[in-house]
Amino acid sequence: MADTKTKEKKEGTRGGGKAELDGFSRDMLHWFLKQMLLYRRFEEKAEEAYAIGKIGGFCHLHIGQEAVAQGVVGPLRPDDYVVTSYRDHTQALAKGVDPGPVMAELYGKKGGSVGGKGGSMHIFGVDVGFMGGHGIVGGQIPLATGIGWAIQYRESDQICVCFLGDAAVNQGAFLESLNMAAVWKLPVIYVVENNEYGMGTAFKRVSALPVVDRAKGTGVPGHAVDGQDVMATWTLIERLASEVRKGGGPQYVDARTYRFRGHSMSDPVSGTYRSKKEVEEKKEEADPITILRDRLFEAKLLKQEELEEMDQAVRVIVDEAAKFADDSPLPTADDLYTHTYKEINEHGRLFLDGRDR
Amino acid sequence: MATITYREALNQALAEEMERDDSVFLMGEEVAEYDGAYKVSKGLLDQFGDRRVVDSPISELGFAGLGVGAAMVGLRPVIEFMTFNFSFLALDQVINSAAKMYYMSDGQVHLPMVFRGPTGAALQLSAQHSQACQTWYLHAPGVKLVTPATPADAKGLLKAAIRDEDPVAVMEGELLYNLKGEVPDPEDGDFVIPLGLAEVKREGGDVSIITSGAMVHMALMAAGNLEKDGIDAEVLDLRSLRPLDVDAILATVQKTNRVVVLEEGWPYAGVGAQIAATIQEEAFDDLDAPVLRVTQADVPMPYAKNLEQMAKPSADRVVQACKKVLYTD
Ligand SMILES: Cc1ncc(C[n+]2csc(CCOP(=O)(O)OP(=O)(O)O)c2C)c(N)n1
Ligand SMILES: [Mg+2]
Repeated sequence: MADTKTKEKKEGTRGGGKAELDGFSRDMLHWFLKQMLLYRRFEEKAEEAYAIGKIGGFCHLHIGQEAVAQGVVGPLRPDDYVVTSYRDHTQALAKGVDPGPVMAELYGKKGGSVGGKGGSMHIFGVDVGFMGGHGIVGGQIPLATGIGWAIQYRESDQICVCFLGDAAVNQGAFLESLNMAAVWKLPVIYVVENNEYGMGTAFKRVSALPVVDRAKGTGVPGHAVDGQDVMATWTLIERLASEVRKGGGPQYVDARTYRFRGHSMSDPVSGTYRSKKEVEEKKEEADPITILRDRLFEAKLLKQEELEEMDQAVRVIVDEAAKFADDSPLPTADDLYTHTYKEINEHGRLFLDGRDR
Repeated sequence: MATITYREALNQALAEEMERDDSVFLMGEEVAEYDGAYKVSKGLLDQFGDRRVVDSPISELGFAGLGVGAAMVGLRPVIEFMTFNFSFLALDQVINSAAKMYYMSDGQVHLPMVFRGPTGAALQLSAQHSQACQTWYLHAPGVKLVTPATPADAKGLLKAAIRDEDPVAVMEGELLYNLKGEVPDPEDGDFVIPLGLAEVKREGGDVSIITSGAMVHMALMAAGNLEKDGIDAEVLDLRSLRPLDVDAILATVQKTNRVVVLEEGWPYAGVGAQIAATIQEEAFDDLDAPVLRVTQADVPMPYAKNLEQMAKPSADRVVQACKKVLYTD
């Protein structure tokens, strides 16, 4: 299953050993590359499965944005929390949800991370601090704030990361949440995956100020980072996480990235809202995996064979995940009503469709 | 008559009303440059420009409220929700502002506006994206609601909604946009269907299936299946849920004496509950059997295809319910 070494590679250690490139060890950098390859191959497999009808509904791929998942989730502790939107597969993997159950969830199988009830948009892995993919734009922002509240209430030193899309900063919940987080100094890092578009609407067309400036006026400090550069993203988040953990209050990050696919599997990659040329150029110049790979080649920290081995290894993981998903049974009629209520009360009727009559 | 899609019918209604009245404008997510998430507003940006066809940020509470404000001073906004699921963010403005403004201003401010978009479950979109939103809008007096099932109804009802002097929610079927049907040609005059008129979509004498919106098609399918068993079902399409055509409901009850209400959403406090109450209050003596409801299972919508099918109402369940009220099962 996934190499989720986040646990061992603790904050500040950068993988131990000799710092060979911008303070990162060779092992660490190889791990970054391998994880990002895993995310990419996982999403490509999902894309394939969607095309042949094994996955249905909305399926939002993260292809092009892998460095944000790795650079943001990587520096966290296993007991930290992550909460995100519907574009949630790779962040779940990054936080340590096994690829098999994530794929099985996309397939709507019993072995899925939520038993086939949620699908692509609602992956959960509460045992590893992955508090869900949420489908309503901006809906997760107050949730992250509440998780931060609970951490502080319990006087714990955990933190919570909230991923949101650029378009989500235009929801009222964003402003309300950041203000509360700032007033109460909650341990939350709000990370905007700024891929420049909300579906087919360019952020700039419907927003007066750039993403990075949108926390101004709430009291939450804002930062911008090249979200295609995993090392830069990791470095920033590692520093912010340690400040937040010490009680420094919330932080806000504009991680500049780009989505290489359509908004979801049902939408075109390009069209009136962005040109094919723009997408091709971004893929050419700003692919987070190519960027890291080339830097490693240049620094002589990676050989072609090593890269191929890595890619082979993650393909095996992804194939196993797909097999797990294929082999997993469908949920059954018995599952339809489970988990509607945690507590089935002794008196009265909870379901009003005649079922327990 | 031309045969056009439900989507095209809505598009024609918008274009004709915008052409007729400069105070009508369309605002919502992706409505302009992207032609609408479901392509309902295709071409309207080119035709009317960005003063009247406006892409909003993803700020449902904000732009729904903006619509209310604009209507307060005389514009006729058409506010599109990409789907009504997302209108829950805007419900404060719908319920606390739109529904109550005329009353609490003692008639000084009225709101000639439309909230529109798809509602109901599509395919495998799971809990947060698949729900019938009618009840949320029906509960509060002050808002009207229509749920067109065919291209002709879509056109006629949307035009009536835009011309109505109160807030009207037009809930379209997410799976109906490609449905084709005959719609009167624009050259043959203004085609408007007044709010509050149900329509018998299939005549029958044995049992009445009362329904609306996308469920009309399921009811017709069930009626077709019942026919094979020699049962002649009537399908009453309410079309408008508020104003509710109680006369048409009572007429079909008097005709068949047996009723099944089919609705897409959950049972509790749903449309079927209201109809059953109305029937027992006003036509109790005409009933030969209790009114039965076919609804979504009383759970959030699951993702897995097989679970989703179990959760949704089905033609089979309608057939069973009809046989039950006929005591033939
Ligand atoms: C409240 C709400 N409105 C509209 C939608 C439909 N919708 C889903 S994703 C999306 C765009 C969001 O863009 P962004 O926040 O930038 O995230 P990205 O998809 O780019 O990751 C829209 C409009 C929704 N899910 N929720
Ligand atoms: Mg975006």
